[in-house]
Amino acid sequence: MRETNSGAAALMSQPPLTVSDRLARKALRNFKERVIELLLLGAASVSVLTTVGIIWVLVSESFNFFSNVSIWSFLTDTMWTPLFAEPRYGILPLLAGTLTTSMVALVVAIPLGTTIAIYLSEFARPAVREVVKPFLELLGGIPTIVYGYFALMVVIPLLQLLIPDLSGFNMLGAGIVMGIAIIPYVSSLAEDAMRAVPMSMREGSYAMGATKLQTAFRVIFPAALSGILSAYILGISRAVGETMIVAVAAGMQPNFTVNPLEPAQTISAYIVQVALGDLPHGSIGYQSIFAAGLSLMLMTLALNLVGHVVRRRFREAY
Amino acid sequence: MKSEDIPSIRKIIRRNKRLELFFAVAGFLALLVGVLTFVALFAQMAWSGWERITPDFFTNFPSRRAGQAGILSAWVGSLLVMLVTALSAVPLGVAAGIYLEEYAPKNLFTDIIEINVTNLAGVPSIVYGLLALGVFVYTFGFGQSILSAGLTLGLLILPVVIVATREAIRSIPLHIREAAYGLGATRWQVTRDHIVPYSLPGILTGVIIGMSRAIGETAPIITIGALTFIAFLPESPIGPEFPWVNFEWLKSGFTVMPIQMFNWTSRPEEAFQQNAAAAGFILVLMTLAMNAVSIWIRYHVRKDIKW
Repeated sequence: MRETNSGAAALMSQPPLTVSDRLARKALRNFKERVIELLLLGAASVSVLTTVGIIWVLVSESFNFFSNVSIWSFLTDTMWTPLFAEPRYGILPLLAGTLTTSMVALVVAIPLGTTIAIYLSEFARPAVREVVKPFLELLGGIPTIVYGYFALMVVIPLLQLLIPDLSGFNMLGAGIVMGIAIIPYVSSLAEDAMRAVPMSMREGSYAMGATKLQTAFRVIFPAALSGILSAYILGISRAVGETMIVAVAAGMQPNFTVNPLEPAQTISAYIVQVALGDLPHGSIGYQSIFAAGLSLMLMTLALNLVGHVVRRRFREAY
Repeated sequence: MKSEDIPSIRKIIRRNKRLELFFAVAGFLALLVGVLTFVALFAQMAWSGWERITPDFFTNFPSRRAGQAGILSAWVGSLLVMLVTALSAVPLGVAAGIYLEEYAPKNLFTDIIEINVTNLAGVPSIVYGLLALGVFVYTFGFGQSILSAGLTLGLLILPVVIVATREAIRSIPLHIREAAYGLGATRWQVTRDHIVPYSLPGILTGVIIGMSRAIGETAPIITIGALTFIAFLPESPIGPEFPWVNFEWLKSGFTVMPIQMFNWTSRPEEAFQQNAAAAGFILVLMTLAMNAVSIWIRYHVRKDIKW
């Protein structure tokens, strides 16, 4: 008590502030607040600038590229041979490689990821969930170059035992490992979606005599469909943009095929291959990686849009 | 209900129980695929890289002879790149998160920022590499330097930091803010004295997750043209004279752990594959340690907060 009294006394003994002093203080304070708000706004705008930068770089360099190579031959030519004496720039082989590896990855990741999500959300005891979820996060945090090494050194040799004349680099091994790498993304988002379904819906289902399995597949899964589909779409866009696994394990030859047993190159792996070499700034080879990047960007953008539509279309409101 | 129905009902129940057991086993097996992959990956690298992990491995430069090659330039490079990444992404990401949660008015520009952050999180990392190649390396003239690489990864993890910050801030109840405003605090005072301290564990978790992603990123750094064979160290950040800091290292050429590993992986000789395994083992240990710290923070620090 005494301390507060003496503190108050000290305050009282100061000369009283005049009105203009107080107004000046307030103006200074408001000015400071305004500056801080502008700084924070500036930080938030960096993300917009990033997007603008990405679009500007990709479009302007691709524009230079397309003034040398016609868009028609880019889209329809079935050869991608930028380093030959007579270079040909047809994106189709790279696109085929990207889609094939992504397809293999999805065949692995979607069933496994969905099963894990349903299991964790509806079946597993809380203790199991507490242990497994961080573990899945760790799996998702492993650098992709390590997965690439794993595909090359472990998975492909194992596959060669099953399929004897399989080449040392192929899309199957790369795709399988890529699928395992994206399981955590799919399962964690899908699980979040299912856990967000209100308990009352489960209770209603159980009260009708449904089993856990029936509830999971006929009540929870449809109710969470919008979130689950977003999880799949995120998985697809990860697979399409994934680089190091395919760069290490799928081989580096552009190959117009959708046979996963063959080696091939993806769009992202081509960018890495060019960047590893020493291409002069401004050459057509340099511009070609931006055209490849633009194609990749357009694919993920399309996937994002599909995701947006899907979320709208399948959203269930409670 | 007639008594002859009972056996058929029992049959249905038995069938449902069997199906349920079947699915529970399937779920468990699916989890096992993930867990076993992790164990196999870790064990394989540990087993084949084990004899290469000696003190010399950490203090040697890469070499044409696999037995003498080490990761000195790689881990120093990773450390310095991460420093730039943290210094760029953390202030920007936290400030952006604070703005979006505490300051932003409801208008078109705010909506654009929000949609943009969501979309950026889905952009493939190699596209960030192309952005950096066009903007940082050539337009700004930073060259193929630690500065370019650090800023690239900083932009890459920016959405992670922003989202983590926003989630942490959103979990602070409104009455904390109301109490502070009621005492006459300004917006910045509320933010500085209440919002930031209370959301710190959440922000920290997000930052560590982001950094653990950045340290393993290979593709964007290869794209800006990082060299794969570096046998020198950047200048020390600590200078001999006043003001004791030296910024020359920012402009230095560099390599990082994942690129070093990629370089060794793409060589045919068995001995280099051993080096790759050893480098991969250390890289995974680094990311595991960072993830473990963030999981620990989430489980222990967050539980203690009671509003």
